[in-house]
Amino acid sequence: MGASGIGKLPRWLVAFTAVCLFLMHLPVLVLIVFSFNASKFAVTWTGFTLAWYRRLLERDDILHALQASLIVGITATAIAVTLGTLIALALARHRFRGRTIYEGMMYVPIVTPEIVTGISLLVLFVFLRMPLGLATIIIAHVAFCVPFVVVVVVARLAGMDENLEEAAMTLGADEVTTFFRVTLPLLWPGILSAALLSFILSFDDFVITSLVAGSGSSTLPLVIYSMVRRNIEPSINAISALIVVATSVLLYVSDRMSRRNEPSHA
Amino acid sequence: MTSPAVEFHRVSKSFGATKAVDSISFNIERGEFFSILGPSGCGKTTTLRLLAGFETPDPDGGEVRILGEVVNDKRPYERQIAMVFQNYALFPHLSVERNIAFGLEQRRTPRSEIAGRVARALDLVRLSPQTFARRSPTQLSGGQRQRVALARALVLDPAILLLDEPLGAIDLQLRKEMQLELKALNKQLGTTFLYVTHDQEEALTMSDRIAVMSHARIAQLGTPAEIYENPRTAFVAKFIGESNFLDGRITDRADAWWEVEGRGGIRFRIPVLNGLAPGQDVHIAVRPEWLDVFRPDAVPAGENAIPGTVRDVVYLGETMHVVVSAPSTPDITVALRNEGQLINPLPWRRGDPATVAWRPEDCQILEDE
Repeated sequence: MGASGIGKLPRWLVAFTAVCLFLMHLPVLVLIVFSFNASKFAVTWTGFTLAWYRRLLERDDILHALQASLIVGITATAIAVTLGTLIALALARHRFRGRTIYEGMMYVPIVTPEIVTGISLLVLFVFLRMPLGLATIIIAHVAFCVPFVVVVVVARLAGMDENLEEAAMTLGADEVTTFFRVTLPLLWPGILSAALLSFILSFDDFVITSLVAGSGSSTLPLVIYSMVRRNIEPSINAISALIVVATSVLLYVSDRMSRRNEPSHA
Repeated sequence: MTSPAVEFHRVSKSFGATKAVDSISFNIERGEFFSILGPSGCGKTTTLRLLAGFETPDPDGGEVRILGEVVNDKRPYERQIAMVFQNYALFPHLSVERNIAFGLEQRRTPRSEIAGRVARALDLVRLSPQTFARRSPTQLSGGQRQRVALARALVLDPAILLLDEPLGAIDLQLRKEMQLELKALNKQLGTTFLYVTHDQEEALTMSDRIAVMSHARIAQLGTPAEIYENPRTAFVAKFIGESNFLDGRITDRADAWWEVEGRGGIRFRIPVLNGLAPGQDVHIAVRPEWLDVFRPDAVPAGENAIPGTVRDVVYLGETMHVVVSAPSTPDITVALRNEGQLINPLPWRRGDPATVAWRPEDCQILEDE
């Protein structure tokens, strides 16, 4: 990569950034490369194959886990986005007693170590005598996704002109109509981007899920982890590579969404 | 008897401990172009928002009526109003056409009628429907957005059109044009306009009547001429146009005038007015254009005169200001009409001895605020 066209940026800085990016992504690159490795032993390269990807389709445990992950991800995202959007609207649009405290508490889960969140949820579920399974996983995922949704949607709302909603009301739209015809359409890119982010968080989560999953149900990250512990098999590389690619695509789409149609003061 | 378009009866609105609007009362007649004028924070926007329904009066905070009906608890969409916002508030996700149709759709106007009414509204604000109907608001200039916002409000045939400093963000030339257009629309449509602004010139140009607001109250209400010619308080005199202020104490009566003695021994006469008596302090204002400057020996008989020296001569095109400093009064500004000064150069230069003179009946006697 040449320094031409980068303006005054010093060459060494460009090189430094390139090296950093390369080192950061090296493990993933290795993983993807070795997912096409014909050797059964993951560490030596013997030739190109798609066998490990094909093998994934034969493994019921992986397919079941994928199904569980999708169910959890979609359900948790739907709930988290609904709750998070409503909370964001309350925080950004209304002044009420304790709003600042509420807002502050909203962000605490983002910085709480996952292991703490996981254990506290586990204790709660045991205390409530809830059987561990898909339901508890979904509840846990909603709990850690909501704050992220709130952050994204609040940012979008902050850039939105409140006069637009007032204008709709002077034009004869009641609160509900105003919400669906003005607020929601303008908020939509933010909500979509929050949904994708939430889905990725849910799909990738290991620590919290491992604590609240119980024995019967396993999401994809849990299954991969148990596979690694038993024996390292290149199909793990294959499934991991697929996850990397899928989440990267979602992340990219989410980022594009949040940038598109920046609310303007037209 | 038809009721006025708008009635405010002792309306108050507080935010926490601050009174934004403090027991104000006024009526707006049907078809009137009514302006609320005042500096920022005077309560003018709150007054507008009370009428729009975005704010409700305090409990026991009086009554707001629209066309005779108390609307204190009515939501904005239950009132016969439309509004043009300062930042236009056009929906960025809808085309110009759909912006204007929005209100009609809410009112369940038959679909067949909507297109025609949208086109007529665009014509009314002089935007060609062919060119603009399908554009996005983000593709329009400030002046065009302004017109679309106006069309969106007018298409509904509201009883009252509220305008919140709508011309603030567009340039001077266009602003003057829009002022005249708004005034013409008001007369043409017969819609009642309530216009909120901090720009005195704008208010004078367009309004049938103006309410000047200061500190949550109405300082004065009247026609532009009444307010300009007879400002009630120093605040109004200062806010509408420019003025010179003099203080003094009434000493005695001379014919139809009170004699007033000011600081530093200056004396002048003011019209006899009820409620004033010798020994009382008075504050007066005189507009710069009602003053004249003379050589000290050439002051016309019977006029008030304050001797001083020319401190500055300011050329303003249409007028020239001669600033005269006199001992123990603030500088006095005299506005002289420019009647071809280049051919007939003004005789005043800095340092010249000069006497400011004016007719006693041109004194505006101010109330204490």
